[in-house]
Amino acid sequence: MYSICKKETLAPNLYLFEVEAGRIAKKAEAGQFIIIRKDDYAERIPLTIADFSREKGTITIIFQVVGAATRDLAECAAGDQILDVVGPLGVASEIENYGTVVCIGGGVGIAPVYPIARALKEAGNRVISIIGARSSDILFWKDKMAAVSDELLIATDDGSEGRKGFVTDILKDVLGREEVAHIWAIGPMIMMRAVSQVSKPSGVKTIVSLNPIMVDGTGMCGACRVGVGKETKFACVDGPEFDAHEVDWDLAMKRSGLFRHEEKMGMEHKKGGGACKCH
Amino acid sequence: MSLKKERVSMPTQDPQERRKTFTEVALGYNPDMAADEASRCLNCKVPFCVKGCPVEVDIPGFISAIKEQDMAKAAKVLKDKNNLPAVCGRVCPQESQCEAQCILAKKGKSVAIGRLERYTADWERQQGIPDPAKVDAKARKVAIVGSGPAGLTAAADLAKMGYQVTVFEALHTPGGVLMYGIPEFRLPKDVVQQEIDYIRKLGVDIQVNAVVGKSATVDELLEEGYDAVFIGTGAGLPNFMNIPGENLNGVYSANEFLTRTNLMKAYRFPEYGTPIKVGKKVAVIGAGNVAMDSARTALRLGAEESYIVYRRSAEEMPARHEEVEHAEEEGVQFLLLTSPVAYQGDESGYLKSMVLQKFSLGEPDASGRRSPVPIEGSEYEIEIDTVVVAIGQGPNPLVPRTTPGLILTKKGNILADEDTGKTSRANIFAGGDIVTGAATVILAMGAGKRAARAIDEYLQTL
Repeated sequence: MYSICKKETLAPNLYLFEVEAGRIAKKAEAGQFIIIRKDDYAERIPLTIADFSREKGTITIIFQVVGAATRDLAECAAGDQILDVVGPLGVASEIENYGTVVCIGGGVGIAPVYPIARALKEAGNRVISIIGARSSDILFWKDKMAAVSDELLIATDDGSEGRKGFVTDILKDVLGREEVAHIWAIGPMIMMRAVSQVSKPSGVKTIVSLNPIMVDGTGMCGACRVGVGKETKFACVDGPEFDAHEVDWDLAMKRSGLFRHEEKMGMEHKKGGGACKCH
Repeated sequence: MSLKKERVSMPTQDPQERRKTFTEVALGYNPDMAADEASRCLNCKVPFCVKGCPVEVDIPGFISAIKEQDMAKAAKVLKDKNNLPAVCGRVCPQESQCEAQCILAKKGKSVAIGRLERYTADWERQQGIPDPAKVDAKARKVAIVGSGPAGLTAAADLAKMGYQVTVFEALHTPGGVLMYGIPEFRLPKDVVQQEIDYIRKLGVDIQVNAVVGKSATVDELLEEGYDAVFIGTGAGLPNFMNIPGENLNGVYSANEFLTRTNLMKAYRFPEYGTPIKVGKKVAVIGAGNVAMDSARTALRLGAEESYIVYRRSAEEMPARHEEVEHAEEEGVQFLLLTSPVAYQGDESGYLKSMVLQKFSLGEPDASGRRSPVPIEGSEYEIEIDTVVVAIGQGPNPLVPRTTPGLILTKKGNILADEDTGKTSRANIFAGGDIVTGAATVILAMGAGKRAARAIDEYLQTL
């Protein structure tokens, strides 16, 4: 069992858990993920690690309620126990001193890009971070991102904070004004694809972190197949990070919708009155 | 008493009923049936059957105890060598092992050793499994990587010798393929659970959610104070055919299809949160036991038609005869000498149809089976909603990749001695599918048993 030592509501339907998981915290690196299963009935949910503390032996995850599994997870409170947390899984980000790097986080994707930006900063890079969301009230971790960035730029769809528009609008400006060595972009698939399209002409290496449907997370089931270049890769063991310019975005988007109908069914099904089983 | 020529058959659920449910197909012997079948055993002075058993069960010994109506003794004799008898009694290919060696096999029908094994193990489980005898504890510690048949067997045998044993399992439930792979209707999960509970009672510590190679490497385990490591991580990397359309929605690996259903209990969705999608027409590619399990699972998940698509003929099918028979009885259809060359989908990326090609049989290949030869121009298309690719698994690379100095085969399996499980590193042993490639539960258990013996010998030299 894994104890939730802190819970924060970052925005409606957007939650942060800090979880005691000493073994995972000891080994976690930026870019890796965990799989969490709240109780015996729950689905296994892959979530990219948003932060970790080796001293405290904790990891931080941030998730949005998108289906039954995340809805039920969100019902847990600080002090509750989670049945299963496994990780760190996947390959860590390749951190080195590239020069100037751009780290883009869209929506809940701000969480996983944070430890990458921090690691890149620690490695000596000049870090330009671009974060975006639909609206100001769902933007989170501005202070944390600012602390690990040389420059923090913000975009909101409705213009309630920073520039009105998309993170890609800002990226175009940055690419126009200076030499960028590397880009990381994490967020909704549609955003990552848009970033990929913007950066492709410039040839700046662009890394995205994919979060496809997954079951075991150890290379056993192949649910997370992704087309990369001419090959099929497993996001769980070969990724989750891939070269954005090589990703078959059309396939990735279609595969992400595989269980859309079942997700609705799951949301409609309230087991046992929906009580949190971890109490 | 005259010798009964015919084996006592084991009752099964009616095929038309069972194809709709996940409850166990084979129902097991009752005491009279077991007594009748046991009475067929000749109790040979030189029991060839034992030579056919990878875990060396004293077969005449436990069958004699059944004859004497001393079931507690039968269970004890069985468990002395076999740590998972209720599992083996259900899933071992006895017909090609112990029963193939039985002297009666030459004169007619061998003793139904597997059914008697199952009867004995089930009898003990119903009584409540007694606590194992206490052994003198030894100080040496052994780490077992993977809690499938190989790992559990090695762990149990080492614990019986008194060693401190910890098993590391990547998934949230121990049991490996017994839990995620083999379906409930062939191997009920509460049966597996009770066998695992017994292994825990032997003193084995099982840690789940521990992905060796990620949460800790083999070398870190050795640094933490384990004196030896046994790697039994299985064949956990699904093979695909790399044909067009294989990544369409609706094409699963058998591992995914079975893991969703068995481990995650998707057949009880939405009570259990993990979904599975099965349409009206399902095609399973391959004809091994995993393929049969998948085709039969598809029926139970509501498929109207379930096909086995296999590029060779019925004779070459690697599945157990009994599994093929059960599948046929339940209505699984066989498209033999046929293999897919492409899958086609709709604009949303869902599988719609498959293009199949006919094959003929040519000369025997390296496996000794006649090789399939494609027939040019024989392609045709059929509508299909779901495809399950069950053409075998490769070794999962997580442990080999993170363990320097471990010599691998060309296919990426760990190179290990067949009799001892010894690898290229003195304190690392390996066995089961990670060494041999995908094989059977009992062969993995045999490897676990031999490795436990070799680990014991190694630890005594320290």
